[in-house]
Amino acid sequence: MSEPAKTDSPQAPDIGLSSGIARLTPEKIEKVINDVIKGETGARLHTYVETCIHCGLCSEACHYYLSHDNDPHFAPVGKVKQTIWEMLRKKGKVSPEFMQQAALVAHTQCNLCKRCAQYCPFGIDIAYLMTVVRRVIHKLGCTPQYIQDTAHSHSVMLNQMWVKGDEWPDTLQWQEEEAQAEIPTLRIPLEKEGADIMYSVIAPEPKFQAQLIYQAAVIMDVAGVDWTMPATTGWDNSDMAMFTGDYELMGRLKRSHFETAARLRVKRVVMGECGHAFRSVYDMGNRWLGWQMPPIPIVHAIDFFYELLKEGKIKIAKKFDSPVTLHDPCNVVRGAGLEEKARYVAQQLCEEVVEMTPNREHNYCCCAGGGVINCGPPYKMTRIQGNRIKAEQLFAAKTRGARTLITPCHNCHSGLHDIVHHYGVGLDIKFFGDILYDVMEKPE
Amino acid sequence: MEDRSSWDWEVGTKPIANLNDWKGKFRWVEEPSAGPDGEKIAAIVNLDEGEFQVCVNGEPWETVFEKIWHLRFSPDGRLTALVSEMGEWTMAIDGDPWEGRFGYLWEPLFSADGKNIAISVQQDMAYCMALNGQLWEQTFVNMTNTAISPDGTHTAAVVQTKKFGEAEIQKFQEGCFSVAVDGKPWDQTFVNVWNMAFNPEGDKVAAEVRVSLYDYTISVNGKPWNQTFPCVWEPIFNPASGGAVAPVRVQGKWTLAEDGQLIWRGRYVQLWQQSYSPDGQRLAAVVAPKYGRWTAAVDDQPWSMTFQDMVTDLQFSPDSKRLAALGKNGPAWKVSVDGSVWPDTFDMVWKPVFSPDSTHLAAKVERNRKYTICVDGKIWARECEAVWDPVFSPAGDKLMIRAVEDGQYNRYVIPVTEITG
Repeated sequence: MSEPAKTDSPQAPDIGLSSGIARLTPEKIEKVINDVIKGETGARLHTYVETCIHCGLCSEACHYYLSHDNDPHFAPVGKVKQTIWEMLRKKGKVSPEFMQQAALVAHTQCNLCKRCAQYCPFGIDIAYLMTVVRRVIHKLGCTPQYIQDTAHSHSVMLNQMWVKGDEWPDTLQWQEEEAQAEIPTLRIPLEKEGADIMYSVIAPEPKFQAQLIYQAAVIMDVAGVDWTMPATTGWDNSDMAMFTGDYELMGRLKRSHFETAARLRVKRVVMGECGHAFRSVYDMGNRWLGWQMPPIPIVHAIDFFYELLKEGKIKIAKKFDSPVTLHDPCNVVRGAGLEEKARYVAQQLCEEVVEMTPNREHNYCCCAGGGVINCGPPYKMTRIQGNRIKAEQLFAAKTRGARTLITPCHNCHSGLHDIVHHYGVGLDIKFFGDILYDVMEKPE
Repeated sequence: MEDRSSWDWEVGTKPIANLNDWKGKFRWVEEPSAGPDGEKIAAIVNLDEGEFQVCVNGEPWETVFEKIWHLRFSPDGRLTALVSEMGEWTMAIDGDPWEGRFGYLWEPLFSADGKNIAISVQQDMAYCMALNGQLWEQTFVNMTNTAISPDGTHTAAVVQTKKFGEAEIQKFQEGCFSVAVDGKPWDQTFVNVWNMAFNPEGDKVAAEVRVSLYDYTISVNGKPWNQTFPCVWEPIFNPASGGAVAPVRVQGKWTLAEDGQLIWRGRYVQLWQQSYSPDGQRLAAVVAPKYGRWTAAVDDQPWSMTFQDMVTDLQFSPDSKRLAALGKNGPAWKVSVDGSVWPDTFDMVWKPVFSPDSTHLAAKVERNRKYTICVDGKIWARECEAVWDPVFSPAGDKLMIRAVEDGQYNRYVIPVTEITG
């Protein structure tokens, strides 16, 4: 790894990055880096840094590396070299130009997908190293514009998409009314204290994809689930603050989510098909607050659908007849081991499941996660070009008959939409909930 | 709150209504709500598509609405609901709608005595609060985090006072949010404002504020503390000094500060939900003395017993000498008093209630999908489909229990000794 640092300017101006970099001084950079390293990291960081033998075995794990013809700049170890190693080696004495490149690497060339950790002989979690870099970038005020705006939305509204206080319950009531055209007695019970389950979603659902709430309501109703949704803040389980390194805000979001569940006296929180939100409620956010595990159990939609199907609470009228292939989202497969349950659900819902290769915990990332897609339009092509390998993987599955791609994660869904369209893969993309809603037995 | 001494405290069972009968009369019956004195039970009921009523003790309100939600008894026993007619919303109290009609209403807040009701209002995509149906004079482009003073004569909300465009992050970070009290915003703006508290007199409002992306503090009537912290949580007022007291983060740990000065020596992995005893002399908080262990601390002294998952619902006794809390280990909820736990575990427990003389503690509990009441660790013999929080008589020797069994809603008055033995 002796290559010089490579610059990669965004394809469109990013005022978050450029204006932040313009305000930096070498003194400020040095202070922030050392404050973060000394005050917020410890044995974990130093163990990783000291243990790495620079073997480069992580390279083959990274979709950016594979998609850029094995360019070592995109190897996980190359990203570490371009960022945290240099900060440590120079004891924080790095330039604003260096920080600009570090921000691009950490925010737009790494999805924090943790695939590389599996290929490291020592299990070094390079995603963690990139989150340390992002924390430094946050503290320096150089976070890319669009994901910073999303963090601002989180800070004001406690949701990801500036959904206002009235818009949330109004949308739920609208979807309830829509669904009552299909099942006249269906309810979306708001603020039902003592329900078994609180159902939480991410803000794009009320903002753009309200049909997913409709579908979830039908599934809950048919399965006879005792459920509720809060009419207050705390309904959104998403968390871009986790990815910008604004951990104080991450903690605020997760506190709101869990305290809302506790206020409603529910036994469990079931969440929609989102991967990063699972990482936030199950690992990052809860632990920043001092909760070793989620204080109210969290059940991802894959797990919940598995439970409904396994227990016969949902019956299938006619299986989905288009051959499907299943994308394993990083945060709920590498992060939570739901790969076999996902396959059970897929098998129960669909006539034919064509495995893409590699799969399960070895699956390639969608290249949208880790907040990369939330960095917005300036980096769209960075994502797409950085995941040619995914297009090849999907083409191979299509060649073996797949016609529909199941992605039980919002970021994966959006990111793979771009991949599928840019590379002309020609797969229809669906959530499990889309298919379950279509094929389940419903009351006449 | 109504004067409990005027309630019927004669020991016995008073059948009020049979909810099963309602189910035969209406297309569906939503979650019932029992009044504070136990004499009424009410539920939103559906008649047909887009036709809703509220049924009280079997008698429906006269008016049929297109939609009804958020049915709640106010502390003074009035029955409130958010109702919609012709696509507009208002609040109905005991069946009578406010005169005003609004684009949307949500999150009603009640004064301690229930006589004043505040609510969030959206009208023509502008936001403000209404107090007893009267709108603030000024509206805002965005509004979050509302509050009402204890006597209900003042309202406050976090409001956006400066505009910023989509993804205009620099403008946002200059500070575009403030607090409006009775509709009038503070002169100061902040990057963020959250979680306000009124003082008992209603003339001060404290709020969490973020003055930059990294610096948090507490602002009282717009004036921030001189000190900033890496993070803070919601403030309350010290009833003795009048100062604002809030959890603050210091070097990665949490402690309590008053008017910017640290007042607890303890440093905790987490600290929140602080509250003063009724006499204002004791200060308690939920704390995590170490990672993944939770308990309550009183005057900076944590209980020795800890819980794995969470501790919540701190409750001082009226004499200020006792503190109760709920704790959770895995799926098992427990009630803890002064650091000792009741012997039984439950699937769920609601906020415990002390008797007026502070000698008894009671709570609604759930086990195996049945609900009952537990007093001083002893469980009532009846297992019910629903119960509400127990209410002690003024003398503390009797308990009013509101319960549904086999669809029948009964108001029980029992001697406390029926449960405690």
